[in-house]
Amino acid sequence: MTENLLELRKLSKHFPIHSGLARRVTGEVRAVDDVDLIIKRGETLGLVGESGCGKSTTGRAILRAIEPTSGEILFHGKDGTVDVAQLGRTDLKQIRRRMQMVFQDPYASLNPRMRVEEIIAEPLICLERMSRGDRRDRVVELLELVGLNSQYLARYPHTFSGGQRQRIGIARALALAPEFVVCDEPVSALDVSVQAQVLNLLIELQQRLGTTYLFISHDLGVIEHLCDRVAVMYLGRIVEVADTEALLRTPKMPYVEALLASVPHADPHAVTAHAIVRGEIADPANRPTGCAFHPRCAYATDVCRSVAPELRNVGTRSNPHLAACHFSETLQLNGVA
Amino acid sequence: MTSRPIISVRNLEVGAMSRHGMLRPLRGIDLDLPFGQTVGLVGESGCGKSMTARALLNITPAPMRITGGTIILDDGKAPPQNLSALDPDGVAMRAIRGARVAMIFQEPMTALSPVHTIGDQIGEMVRIHRKLGRREAKAHAIEMLDMVSMPNARQRYDAYPFNLSGGMRQRAMIAMALACGPDVLVADEPTTALDVTIQAQILELLQRLQADLGMTVLLITHDLGVVARTTKRVAVMYLGEIVEEASTIQLFDTPLHPYTQGLLSSVPRLGSRRGRREPLPTMRGTVPSALVELAGCAFHPRCTKAVAGLCDVIKPVMAEVNPGHSARCLLYPEVLVASKRGSSVVQPEPVS
Repeated sequence: MTENLLELRKLSKHFPIHSGLARRVTGEVRAVDDVDLIIKRGETLGLVGESGCGKSTTGRAILRAIEPTSGEILFHGKDGTVDVAQLGRTDLKQIRRRMQMVFQDPYASLNPRMRVEEIIAEPLICLERMSRGDRRDRVVELLELVGLNSQYLARYPHTFSGGQRQRIGIARALALAPEFVVCDEPVSALDVSVQAQVLNLLIELQQRLGTTYLFISHDLGVIEHLCDRVAVMYLGRIVEVADTEALLRTPKMPYVEALLASVPHADPHAVTAHAIVRGEIADPANRPTGCAFHPRCAYATDVCRSVAPELRNVGTRSNPHLAACHFSETLQLNGVA
Repeated sequence: MTSRPIISVRNLEVGAMSRHGMLRPLRGIDLDLPFGQTVGLVGESGCGKSMTARALLNITPAPMRITGGTIILDDGKAPPQNLSALDPDGVAMRAIRGARVAMIFQEPMTALSPVHTIGDQIGEMVRIHRKLGRREAKAHAIEMLDMVSMPNARQRYDAYPFNLSGGMRQRAMIAMALACGPDVLVADEPTTALDVTIQAQILELLQRLQADLGMTVLLITHDLGVVARTTKRVAVMYLGEIVEEASTIQLFDTPLHPYTQGLLSSVPRLGSRRGRREPLPTMRGTVPSALVELAGCAFHPRCTKAVAGLCDVIKPVMAEVNPGHSARCLLYPEVLVASKRGSSVVQPEPVS
């Protein structure tokens, strides 16, 4: 049994909606709504969902890159547990040493006016007391770690390709040797041949450094390849969490079944199942009552329209499979063949 | 069992002079679109997929222009015409564009006008091409919105693009493209900006419409899953050239070109049961820019199978390796023979 590194308890992020001349608050978008999630030390947890479901907001809220509205973010370090949500400025800065982030867009996440050396050294300057010489050595070491030539130190980001930039972003995230890294769609902006290089790098670094990843992606193929466990989000809530294999082969929540059936298989022999989900994702400012997925769900009944299902264990005690559906036990849902 | 091509592209070249030299995004494309079929065009960004789509409608972005080759449109409605010879802004091209060959774009938010209702934009097609009146155009637009399964078509007629979700915008754009009943539809990454559940809906819609209307579709995408699901034939592009062309089943079962093999193997596919975190095969380097001129095969600097003294010297041509399956790779004797024969012929200078 591996220990937990991070525990989210009822984590929420609500954005107010202003309207009218007085910009009065007239509603709120519950981007992340009472999320409970455990991330184990050394694992890769995948966080999947469609755009607008709150997966990136969750990732950012964990690092407090945006302030969560409520909830706890328990970080179990070697020297005891801290609630990241409660930390003040100085302590927060210290915890960032141990939690870092790799961003989606390698073009927007590097300052075009900084040289590679400055970009990678920035976390070291902010948080580490190091001599200039040591710092440069560390930057060179990091560049080599991510497979870039150390002669690139004085170059600007615009001289690099997308894949190389993403490597720079990864080197920056790893500069302080964090225990936990949020990877927010790190390969979505890359072409497939480059995507494979960056995925291999992330895997290799994890094996070498023992880093824990929260891997946010909408690409289920990438998730299957990389993740030990997967959590699926829909309209700000976690709807299913299980081991990757269990979630993909035997989903317990109709939305996950629909999501899996919607992925076009790169196999022309595959018979396309026409279990295509109806309608579109609802407006997060105007959540459907009961189960948020019920307007699109083929199995919905009256209970689904009125009562919101809790996320509960429908697997075994030793091998939990969490799902938020009233009928997880009775429905026979299809996974990936 | 290949039927007569409705569009036949031969040696199509697109280029422009830049201050860094000659930009050549298309370097001699040969492509047939058989009547009533869906053909896929795949490749990574920068390989010239979208430029091919735009060249088919003669809307290459300035200063790019068609510098050579032919695009023969033969839809049986009029005598065969060479689109590449027509003036892009001329009456003849404008009568074809939208009416007989239509296009849907990747980004519905930028492709649709933000200041006109979608009903107006769909109606405009038939008002211009078929000279319909205002009322008839409105009726037709609503009919089109119904056809693409737009929920509440009548109310949506008055909606602006910003009122609609991504999936509905894409439906509106499809309705607009199909308003004049074109024979050929060029779909440039029609689902790339959409979520998977919506993508599945739009792909199903396109397949249904293609079957119902007997359209010919060129589907451009970088997603091999989309290709496998919706096309019968596929062409793979690399640096402005088609490097492999086959039936979809042949291409996925026995890819011939090392680039295609690399593309297929480097994608983690859902349900592939590949070992978790087993290193993915990678291709070194990235797609070169359209400025690059390489001797020999365009892929040789990245190819693991490249033979020194051969691949960097002889320019490969497309040749049939298996029945109905062509490739542009010198490792196949058929290609090597054809390429050696071709290289003795002096290549015509591109028109500058």
